[in-house]
Amino acid sequence: MLTHAERRRGIACGLTSFLGIALFAGAPIAVLLSWDVESTQTRLFTAYTWRILRFTLWQAVLSTTLSIAFAIPVALALARRPHFPGRLWIVRLMALPMGLPVLIGALGLIGIWGRQGIINSLLLKLGLEQPVSIYGLSGILLAHVFFNMPLAARLLLAALERLPAEYWLLSAGLGMKPLSVFRFIEWPAVQRVIPGIAGLIFMLCATSFTLVLVLGGGPAATTLEVAIYQSLRFDFDPPRAIALAFLQIGMTALILLVVITLFPALDDAGATAGRSTRRFDGRTLPALFWDVLVILLATAFLILPLASIVTAGLGANLWSLVTSAAFLRAARTSFAIALAAGLLTILVSLAIVAAREAVADMKRPGRTAKGFSALLGGTSYLVLLVPPVVLGTGWFLMLRPLGDVARFAPALVAAINALMALPFVMRVLAPAIETHRKRTGRLSASLGISGLSRLGRIDLPVLAKPLLTAFSFAMALSLGDLGAVALFGSSDLTTLPWLVYSRLSSYRTNDADGLALILGIICLGLAMLGTAGQREAKHG
Amino acid sequence: MADGIVLEKVELRLGTRDFRFDCALPAGAVTAVTGPSGSGKSTLLNLVAGFETPDRGRVVIAGDDATDKHPSERPVSLIFQDNNLFTHLDLFTNVGLGISPSLKLSAEDWKAISEALVRVGLGGFDKRMPGTLSGGERQRAAFARTLVRRKPVLLMDEPFAALDPGLRLSMANLLLDLHRETRNTVLIVTHDPDEVGRLAEHAVFIDHGRILLQAPAKEFLGRRDIPAIADFLSG
Repeated sequence: MLTHAERRRGIACGLTSFLGIALFAGAPIAVLLSWDVESTQTRLFTAYTWRILRFTLWQAVLSTTLSIAFAIPVALALARRPHFPGRLWIVRLMALPMGLPVLIGALGLIGIWGRQGIINSLLLKLGLEQPVSIYGLSGILLAHVFFNMPLAARLLLAALERLPAEYWLLSAGLGMKPLSVFRFIEWPAVQRVIPGIAGLIFMLCATSFTLVLVLGGGPAATTLEVAIYQSLRFDFDPPRAIALAFLQIGMTALILLVVITLFPALDDAGATAGRSTRRFDGRTLPALFWDVLVILLATAFLILPLASIVTAGLGANLWSLVTSAAFLRAARTSFAIALAAGLLTILVSLAIVAAREAVADMKRPGRTAKGFSALLGGTSYLVLLVPPVVLGTGWFLMLRPLGDVARFAPALVAAINALMALPFVMRVLAPAIETHRKRTGRLSASLGISGLSRLGRIDLPVLAKPLLTAFSFAMALSLGDLGAVALFGSSDLTTLPWLVYSRLSSYRTNDADGLALILGIICLGLAMLGTAGQREAKHG
Repeated sequence: MADGIVLEKVELRLGTRDFRFDCALPAGAVTAVTGPSGSGKSTLLNLVAGFETPDRGRVVIAGDDATDKHPSERPVSLIFQDNNLFTHLDLFTNVGLGISPSLKLSAEDWKAISEALVRVGLGGFDKRMPGTLSGGERQRAAFARTLVRRKPVLLMDEPFAALDPGLRLSMANLLLDLHRETRNTVLIVTHDPDEVGRLAEHAVFIDHGRILLQAPAKEFLGRRDIPAIADFLSG
């Protein structure tokens, strides 16, 4: 149904994007591969790298297990109480950590669970000598649970809410006791989605950078990503960094392979205000007490660190912070990078979608065309394979002979951010465009509406919302990201997260708190703009 | 017959399904394309519209070889079961796009659009959005667009299937009225024998990707000797 010109254009755009991505991600890997091969090989499996690999996997296993273990009772309780006061807001609260820059979340956690935080003062008062430590393994686990438990709970809740309402009527009619309801109805629903959720969280935790950098970092609590960063930034030991980078790529490849092949795709549609589901179980007082306790604890666990960010941030002299030269410069840099990253991701995504559309439109696509289409579909996920720190490392080594790396750094950071956002942006844009094409493709073709006329009159008015969603999401991701900028951050290149991090490192916590509040509000605002658009798009 | 629609030894394979059509549909008449679901009714329509192109054979519309032409270059107007209107554009624009895909409209075009809307019973609805209309009104708007397009062929894929029975009747009357005015060639896909009797002068019966029968509608409706047709007619 596409005209020949449209089809050609689509393929060309897709090819360009693919080559661009392949070059951008492939070149640094090639550099890493050829760099001082011998000394890298000897560094691949030393006692040091083993220890780091082991810790990386171990903390990811623990984080995943804990996140899901805590998420299950929360999801069950929320599903059982469709009319819990403020339930909608609690479910929304659970989406917050996803949009919060990781560094900001870490600050909030330190505020609550740190040495001076309210939890430890409480425990001290109770007479406990050894308070909870926010640093090291326990801190990393705590932070990973903070970010991933709500994600898991939302996905589990969605799975429970997808159950037909008749199930609850039936179970009540059959006189099922709570244990039977759990065994025959709730658990089977939950258990179906757990592998997918676990895979996702494991991947996030195994490649976690910022949290480990801020809360771990000592030789006993370092993940591969952070170790790569430290090898380059502090010890300047490229062979070690490269060896670690290969371990990292191998590990993520393996995890990704397992996650993609074994586990079904996740869907959080349905985690909403609770349809008019009526539950007849859990009406006893102890059950009610348990559910309320679980929901309140989970809410407090999420809300306290957020509140701490706000109160600590308000304690800083916000006005002088905002007007300071350092903030203004960092804000300008951050926004320029985020804008570039957002635009780049959108353009690349559109090109990929256009190319896949062109292939799908062919009557009998050859094997090459089909392979190309599949490759393009996979590209956005392959990006997850090569973590930002590895990309940065390769480009760092590649550009160093050409002069001051800092000169190229902003463009590099923007490109890396764009790549990181690609899978998410594709998830928003691809289905939106597909639906739009299904509705209007034949009509447009039969009326001969094509080119600019179609873009302006048919496509943009409908796709503006998902485009804006994707764009604001990509911007928020870039604005809050510390991973890509960490290698290049300097007095010449300061983004807002880098400014927060360096203030934190130099113990100017007051400034860091204030900046964190501002950055948190900006990112959450952008992310919320995104999800608001998405929700409406779903109904429309 | 020369300016009707001719499918000349058309062959097409879609996935595992084969289609073979060889027929000549009369000009200036309403032809019903009918058959059980999945038989290939819509595929035949798509071949004429240009959404599918044959592997072998020719598609000739109004005397012109249209085999490899893009849908927009064929002398046809289309009405689908739904999604006939762009929901984010008002009725006037939706109808206007039928005249010019870039919406470059002359003063006469403006008048023609408003008149077409009046003709289908949607006078004054120019600024209404499709979302505010009923299903029947949306199909009327699609009719208005075919009126301003002035194409010799009108292709309809189950245009009334989503409407209530009563509405189906009044829409059928509208279609016949407009057909009498324009004398265009109409191809309508339907799986409803009543609709064949109500609307069509000719009928084409398709089963498993082949044309089993081409006949005047009256004759088709009386045939009981072909089992597939007998099954279809008895519902």
